[in-house]
Amino acid sequence: MIDQAPAIVLLAPFLTAVLVVLVGMKYERACFPLVLLGLSFSVAAAVQTILQVVEAGTLRYYMGGWPPPFGIEFRIDGLNALVALTVSTVALISAVYSKNRVPEENGDKISIYYTLLLLVVTGLLGMVLTGDAFNLYVLLEVSALTSYALIAMGTRRATVAAFKYAIIGTIGASFYLLGVGYLYIKTGSLNMFDIHEVLVAEDLHRSTTVLVAFILITVGVWIKMAFFPLHAWLPNSYTFAPTTTSCLLGPLVTKVMVYVMIRMMLTVFDPVYTFVQLNWGDIVVWMAVIAILVGSLSALAQTDLRRMLAFLIVAEVGYMVGGVWLANTAGLVGAIYHLIADVFMTLCVFLFAGIVFAKTGKREITATHGLFAKMPLTMAGLAVGALSLIGIPPTAGFFSKWYLIQGGMASGHWGYVVALLISSLAMAVLFFRIFEYALFGVKPAEGHGDHHAGDQGKFSEASASILLPLMGTASLVLLIGIFNQSIVSIITDFLVQFNLADPMFR
Amino acid sequence: MELLKAIVGGMNYWIFIILMMIGLYAMITKNNLVKKLIGMSIFQTSILLFFISLAVKEGATIPILHHDQAHAKQGDHGEGGKHSDPSHKGKEAASAIEEGKEKPSVSHAGSSKIDPDRFTNPLPHVLMLTAIVVGVSTLGVALSITQKLYTEFGTIEENEILDQLKSGDD
Repeated sequence: MIDQAPAIVLLAPFLTAVLVVLVGMKYERACFPLVLLGLSFSVAAAVQTILQVVEAGTLRYYMGGWPPPFGIEFRIDGLNALVALTVSTVALISAVYSKNRVPEENGDKISIYYTLLLLVVTGLLGMVLTGDAFNLYVLLEVSALTSYALIAMGTRRATVAAFKYAIIGTIGASFYLLGVGYLYIKTGSLNMFDIHEVLVAEDLHRSTTVLVAFILITVGVWIKMAFFPLHAWLPNSYTFAPTTTSCLLGPLVTKVMVYVMIRMMLTVFDPVYTFVQLNWGDIVVWMAVIAILVGSLSALAQTDLRRMLAFLIVAEVGYMVGGVWLANTAGLVGAIYHLIADVFMTLCVFLFAGIVFAKTGKREITATHGLFAKMPLTMAGLAVGALSLIGIPPTAGFFSKWYLIQGGMASGHWGYVVALLISSLAMAVLFFRIFEYALFGVKPAEGHGDHHAGDQGKFSEASASILLPLMGTASLVLLIGIFNQSIVSIITDFLVQFNLADPMFR
Repeated sequence: MELLKAIVGGMNYWIFIILMMIGLYAMITKNNLVKKLIGMSIFQTSILLFFISLAVKEGATIPILHHDQAHAKQGDHGEGGKHSDPSHKGKEAASAIEEGKEKPSVSHAGSSKIDPDRFTNPLPHVLMLTAIVVGVSTLGVALSITQKLYTEFGTIEENEILDQLKSGDD
């Protein structure tokens, strides 16, 4: 059983999805416990996997017993294992949150909703675990197709956004597939590690075909991760989707794509190729700077709470892409650590937005007026997430920004460092505005102040099923911050093999 | 003459590029949502054409062994000819890899007699079977989203939907 842990991480949600659609037709109440059970198995297997990886190093698992060049191989190193654990944990937390929210928001399709939720988790986990480039494409489409459906279940604006997402997402995935095709022409293999070996052994890095493959894969992945200016699909999709959907997809989809980018750049194409030979670092880091600035400044202009958070995701993607392309150890450690930290911070704030929507039925930022008195625990949860996004110790966000800024300074990208600081400032303005509304209420001039005079200050905390996930996430943000050293050591162990300290990386 | 050679020699690749551009054009510029989806389908199909073109070899045939070839192959394998259970073979090969760094024995038995140049590459075909399924399901999901849009807005023209969203709030 323990040997099979890497497969169970992926298969538990997948088999549960099949079960849920069968059982759910007759017993809708059974769906929620089944989902929890399946995802708990997945989390347990992911914990087991990461323990094995920390103890014994890279883990190789042959799907169905077929050896690598023919079969699909899971080669799990520190990076895989960390991201897989993060994804399954977030899935479990959002599933807990969904208990009352799904019946309320999508009451007529509970079993379908849960099936799709499990399938999207399967797709995301598969992308993280698989070592096969084509398999990654299939799982990418599995997660994308299900997320179009999950988003389309929201308001009618969400349906429009889902259509747009479907079109843009398909272009992105097709570019990726085309890139894999070009790699296959040159190397004759689909196994990521095999491709890398052939590329290095045959000195194919000078080939134009490989360059085209790299461009296609990178652009495809950038579209999927909403890297500015390819982010047009994201804000509306996550704003108008059902709240459970945005809690699940908002943190995960973009970050898993960042993982895919890192995997492609480091493991498939060599870091020497991506960083030294191509020498695009400057351009991409400046693109990331623009993404960070546009993301955080657009967030300032929003009045809708979830739309504001969606633009923060765009900024955060800029952080990570920039961090990776800084091409030094500190930058990469920062980017990977930020990937994990950001998943939980984003989840934290999206859960808060979901709770506010559940309690008040309003989407606007002003809906938070007076919440410190009414729902102190919820506000405490937001406070942790928000302080982490701003980057205040000892939350996780502080440490990731610390590494990213260190990386920026080491490689002399001062624009990136300044952009990080401006973005932190913008986030501080955003969240302290919410704190102000929540503490003192909204000015009556803004039209919300007259009718709440009576209920102001009355204690009415959110119900446990939506509050507990927020509390759990907030404590995870703190724990990831406090135990940052053990996570960073896993990441540095993973990065050692690429020898990034070499002076040729500057 | 050079140009002609380049065009005729890589005919299928040119068609792939043209189809891809037609698809992209339709996805970006068409106002009607169904036309956008037709563009998406063309776009995805062009990639199928590209992959299938990779598999082609001049004078090669479909990758299926004739009876006598297959027989000779199984003869080399000893009396294990009857078990065609793939999982079993996989395990064998896996254990072979674990024991020593030997090349896995699958598909290598009797390779001296079988000339790979005579058979087209089956792998791109297999990949594209999967990609066709993915494409069909993408189209299915997108069409059902279109249907939902039609029931909610009463139109499948993009500009009319955006007008309705601008004027009314929900």
